[in-house]
Order: sequence, then C-alpha cells, then structure tokens
Amino acid sequence: MAEATGVNINSTRYTIVFAAIVCVVCAALVSVTAVSLQPRQAANARLYMEKNVLVAAGLVQHGQSVSRSEVEAFFERDIKARLLFLETGELVPEGKIDARNYDQRAARNDAATSRAAPTNTAGVRRLPEYGAVYLVVKDGQVDQLVIPIEGLGMWGTMYGFLSLAPDGTTVRGLTYYEHKETPGLGGEISDPKWLALWKGRKSYDELDKPAITVIKGAAGPPDKDPLHVDGMSGATVTSNAVTRLTQFWLGTDGYGPFLRKVREGAIR
Amino acid sequence: MSAVSPAAGGFGLGARERAVLLDPLLVNNPIGVQVLGICSALAITTRVDKALVMSAGLILVTMLANLAVSLVRNHTPAAIRIIVQLSIIASLVIVFDQVLKATLYELSLELSVFVGLIITNCIVMGRAEGFAMNNPPYLSVLDGLGNGLGYSVVLLLVAFVRELLGAGKVLGFTVLPLVKDGGWYVPNGLMLLAPSALFLIGLLIWALRQWKPHLQEKD
Repeated sequence: MAEATGVNINSTRYTIVFAAIVCVVCAALVSVTAVSLQPRQAANARLYMEKNVLVAAGLVQHGQSVSRSEVEAFFERDIKARLLFLETGELVPEGKIDARNYDQRAARNDAATSRAAPTNTAGVRRLPEYGAVYLVVKDGQVDQLVIPIEGLGMWGTMYGFLSLAPDGTTVRGLTYYEHKETPGLGGEISDPKWLALWKGRKSYDELDKPAITVIKGAAGPPDKDPLHVDGMSGATVTSNAVTRLTQFWLGTDGYGPFLRKVREGAIR
Repeated sequence: MSAVSPAAGGFGLGARERAVLLDPLLVNNPIGVQVLGICSALAITTRVDKALVMSAGLILVTMLANLAVSLVRNHTPAAIRIIVQLSIIASLVIVFDQVLKATLYELSLELSVFVGLIITNCIVMGRAEGFAMNNPPYLSVLDGLGNGLGYSVVLLLVAFVRELLGAGKVLGFTVLPLVKDGGWYVPNGLMLLAPSALFLIGLLIWALRQWKPHLQEKD
C-alpha cells in the first residue's frame, strides 16, 4: 500500500516524521486527559484524606467504603476541625481561618506560611505555621484528638493520622493512607492488624518525652508494655522510620507544645 | 468479509470473526494456552473486584491498542514499529489510570502499580505485534476483545476461588462465615498469597490440556 502512495515508508526522513507525529498525538491525548480530570482527582484525594481522619478515630473501619455524603455527615456531627500554632501549641481562634479546608501540605510547601524544620531524623523538611487537629466530639465532650503525621519512609514520604485520647498520650488509632513502602514488607504499615497493635499504648514516658517505639520482634500487651509496638518483619527501615516520625510529631517541633497543654487538661 | 456460514448463529459474525473473537476464550486462551500475562494474574486476583477492574482495563486497552496499531499498520516504518506500538499502549494505559483515579479512587490506589504494568502486559504487546500489524481494524478490535475476555475469564475464575477460600467472600459479600466472626469456615491464608494463583493457573492449564489434547506438546 505504501508503494501506491509513492512514499518510501522505510526511509529515514519518513521514519522520523512518523515518530514525531505519533509522539505529538500520544502526548496530546495524555495531557488532555490528565488536565481535564485533575479537579476530580484532587477532590477524591481530599475525600480520601478526610476519610482517614475518621479511620484513625475508629468511626470508619479500615477498608470500609464510605460515600462523600457520609464523610460530610461525620464531619458535621462528630468532628471539629481546628488549627493551632505549631510553635506555641495555642489554638487559633475559631472562624479566623477555615480549618476544615486548610491544606496543610500546601501550607508547608509555601514559603510564606512555613519555615524550615530544625534538623531531624524523620525526614521532615518544612513545618507549616498552623497545624490541623481534628477533635472528635462525643456527647458534647472531646473524645479523641486526631493529628496528621508524615515522614520519610524507605521509598517516599508516608502520610498518616494518629488519634490520641483526651489525656494527650494514650493512642486510640493510627492510619497510614499514602506511602510508597514495599508491598508485603514495609507496606504492612497500612495493614489493619498491625495498626490495631497501637491501640491503648502510651505516647510519652514518665519524663514526658515522646517514647513510643516500634521494636524488633513482638511487644507485650499495651497495659504491660505501653511504649513498644511490634516491628514488621523484613521492614526494619520502615519500622524505624515510623518510630522517628511518630516521635517527631509528638515532640517539641511537632504537636508537642499543644499535646503538653492537652495533658495538663487544656481541652477537657 | 467472506464465508458467512448460515450456521454462524449468535453474534451475526462470520466464521473468521467468530474464531478471532471466541478462540481466545478457551482453546487459544492467552493465559491458559499462550501463557501470557501471568505476572498480573498472580498479583491482583486476591479479590474479585480488583480482578474486574483490571479485566476492564485490559479489555479496553487491548481493543483500542489493536485498533490504533491496525489503523496505522500500513504506514508504520518496520524499524520503529515496536516503539510505535508501545507509545500507543502506554498512552492508553495512562489515560485509563487517570480515569480510574477520577472515578474509583481507592481501588486505583490498590491497583495503581498493576494498572501501570498493563503497559508491559505481554498480551497487549503480543496481540498488537502478532495480530493487529497484519489484520484490518475490525478484526483487530475483535481479536483485542477476545483476548481481553480470555484473560478476564481466567482472572475472574482465579479471583473467585481465592477470595472465596481465602476470605470466605465474593465481591466483598460473605459467603462462608468465618470462625472469627462466629461462623464455621476457617479461611485458607495461602489463597491470599501469590503462590496460590500459580497453583490455580497450573490446574487450569492442566484441565484445559486434558480437555483439548491437541494442545499438548509432543516431546
């Protein structure tokens, strides 16, 4: 057929032109799709993040599917999103900034609303001025505090939520909702069975220092061995990363100042 | 097309079209007979819903890739034909992945890496190079659909057995109540691990070759 058109389709010039056309057509197809679907993807990612606040608080089970309206209902009824000054731990007065739609990741990437983090082992580079906290309200009382945590794992940043009891130290729940750890090894950080091991353990030791640690091997039950969590076999790097990032966010550069006030009874 | 036999029956297709569409379902199954696309068949068959989405993706990509490759087959320089096929397939897979993220977000997180791997799924490349390069667009689409369906049949079968025996569920609905939830069924944990898919596919290939002895190699 090529002979009929009088073009030698195996000539160098034709080959280059053909390759260029294929590239342009494919690139156009991919770009148009990616750009046009971006808003929906962003909305989905946001919903997924909010769902994980509920998972950390135990209001939704791991792997349970919830619709947008159900998440919305939970946030209306049971969750109070608040912002706080990370450095001092003071709550930002309500209504000053829309806490519900605050994008902490965008804020910490923006030089105007963040600062460089002090040297740390958790892989946190920048700290936002405001940190989000989700207060889970039950019968008019604050029942849990859910804080976002993040840090460098083996292959990329791990994002999660940690839920604490109003005593400011007892772990009520944990989730990792975005990570790039090896499936089957470090990827177990999103395994509900492992996450359930955190429940009831303490974040701080008697000296009020962040002390909860993922150890090698198995830890005792929460009441006997409250500061240790079972390690994940074959995932030492991820286990250590989880320890470092959890302690970082519980520490003075993270939510430490706020959680100290909580332990002193500030929000009860 | 020639040779439309009066006995062709369903689909209103000629014999050639029917063969192209239906052969890959059983007698020329891409997994069972051609032994292509095994890696993804091991990885994403722990649950039927994952297998469904993966199947839909592969059917779409194989059909559209075959169509596109077939349309340009007479204009494609032989020296770069594989790269052209790969560009087409890769673009289609990325589009599918983007659509998935915009619609079934959580499933896309679980499937993500394997959706990307459709690009290197031997079935898609194999059909583009082996069929669409030498056949007209209409037949190529049918071939893509047939092979995609053939892959899906095996995938869904394996996923059904694995989810049922491994978790006592089908599509997330409890069929065999588990002991830990007060039922009677003790789940087989092996079924949730990749090797079980290898065993199941092995059994399937064996059954297929017993049923159609001409598939057995002479040695």
